[in-house]
Amino acid sequence: MTSEIDVGQRTDTAGNGRAGGRRMSTGRLGDQIFAHSARGSGVVLLAIMAAIAVFLIWRAVPALRANEANFLTEQEWNPNATPPVFGIAQLAFGTLMSSFLALLMATPVAIGIALFISFYAPRRLASGLGYLVDLLAAVPSIVYGLWGLHYFGTKMDDVGRFLNDYFSWIPLFGGDSVGGRSLLTASVILAIMILPIISSITREVFLQVPTANVEAALALGATRWETIRMAVLPFGRSGMISAAMLGLGRALGETIAVAMVLSTASGISIHILKDGGNTIAANIANSFAEAGETGRGALIASGLVLFVITLIVNMGARAIVARRKEFV
Amino acid sequence: MAKRIEISGLHAYYGAVHAIEDISMTVEPRSVTAFIGPSGCGKSTFLRTLNRMHEVIPGARVEGKVMLDDEDLYGSDVDPVAVRRVVGMVFQRPNPFPTMSIYDNVAAGLKLNGVRRKSQLDEIVERSLKGANLWNEVKDRLSRPGAGLSGGQQQRLCIARAIAVQPQVLLMDEPCSALDPISTLAIEDLIAELKSQYTIVIVTHNMQQAARVSDRTAFFNIAGTGKPGKLIEIDDTSKIFTNPSEKATEDYITGRFG
Repeated sequence: MTSEIDVGQRTDTAGNGRAGGRRMSTGRLGDQIFAHSARGSGVVLLAIMAAIAVFLIWRAVPALRANEANFLTEQEWNPNATPPVFGIAQLAFGTLMSSFLALLMATPVAIGIALFISFYAPRRLASGLGYLVDLLAAVPSIVYGLWGLHYFGTKMDDVGRFLNDYFSWIPLFGGDSVGGRSLLTASVILAIMILPIISSITREVFLQVPTANVEAALALGATRWETIRMAVLPFGRSGMISAAMLGLGRALGETIAVAMVLSTASGISIHILKDGGNTIAANIANSFAEAGETGRGALIASGLVLFVITLIVNMGARAIVARRKEFV
Repeated sequence: MAKRIEISGLHAYYGAVHAIEDISMTVEPRSVTAFIGPSGCGKSTFLRTLNRMHEVIPGARVEGKVMLDDEDLYGSDVDPVAVRRVVGMVFQRPNPFPTMSIYDNVAAGLKLNGVRRKSQLDEIVERSLKGANLWNEVKDRLSRPGAGLSGGQQQRLCIARAIAVQPQVLLMDEPCSALDPISTLAIEDLIAELKSQYTIVIVTHNMQQAARVSDRTAFFNIAGTGKPGKLIEIDDTSKIFTNPSEKATEDYITGRFG
């Protein structure tokens, strides 16, 4: 689709070039303008990425120098103390844990929604439903935060207690001081927030499945579900992974909703029902205002870590997608 | 395993559009029946009513009767999925599953039928690929993607996929229209071999092809744009091409219109 638009624009510019010139022209000027502007956009993107990385490193280094603890393994975050002691371990753990759980909950539901809208729902219902899912993406994250803090969190309090009472033999659900402002609550809210992006991209991917493949499966005597399994899901595999990764990217970076829901407590704990936990982004939002010189540097250093985590996640996703490339 | 198809009073619609009107004919087992006629006359639509693929298009419906031996394909208790398992189809454009290997493409229909044993799958895959005259070309690369083959090979792969489940009838919708003359010849030879086991129906725009491969030929036509397609006549291929009963058929095959 993008390439079609590109071609359209190119001929357009070429046409303008011809109209401007007196002689017959093949429109090479238009071609060049287009090529340069496209290249320019690419370069600007790289420059922005580089500028962000340089800024983060430049501001982070002094704080990291002053740090008395090992930045990667230390769990405490006291950059404003003298001497400053802070580390990323707990924050990175909370970030990865909550995002991973969110992805785990959101992906199956999102794919289910996309499948339902694309293949099962009657057409009139399908378009309305698709619109509704997209609308979910338009809810500001502060609203999710408020809702999570004042309504959903209180409900999750009971859910947490229930899980803790009956399933505490599962390490994740063990521990005490169970409450609604836990990593689990944050994960569920994150899951709701990343649902629309995963679902709408997956739906786009399903729309790309060639009719010929679907008909081939049907003509072999496949039921609807078998057709989906045979022609749709394998074809959409890389697209679905990309969609999930975009969702994960959003979950990793989500700030304000998580900052509002979690009641900050220190220390790594795998007990996700426990009140507390923290993430990199939420920590930055909560502590930036009152941080001193070293404190800000330390927060920027944590931002750098978030940047790197996101980068690794994306590269991982690309590797997965590329592995079976010859088949799609 | 080949069966006779008897169609009576068949109409097909796309929403409010009446696509084909009142078609009745008999398709004999172990023979090749060719459908010819100008574009848009409903040949492909008619073909797709024979394995209930017509109705997968939203708004499409069928009236009338299609009997496969003594079973009504449009009976109220008949599952279209079950129909498609006994009436196989090969499409105009080769459509192997792009995410599957050559082997998995052929095995796809078998797995739907619950064949799981590796040795049995191996045997049927080999037999089907041999049946589609493709075995010698692909036997060393069965795990390679099916989409990596040439167009003619892909179409033979699709035929192998269709015959792997041993259908009663094989429907072919212009199977050679996207292929070069050599691949076309390979497919035509294959059709000639397959007709000893299957009831074959082929839609084609190529009248020489119809004359070469078929035993019976049906000519379809439309009265005008927006009018439904009709069966003009069906007869032995030799008769249609030498001495048709209808003037319209003669005009068409001699190239005077269409």
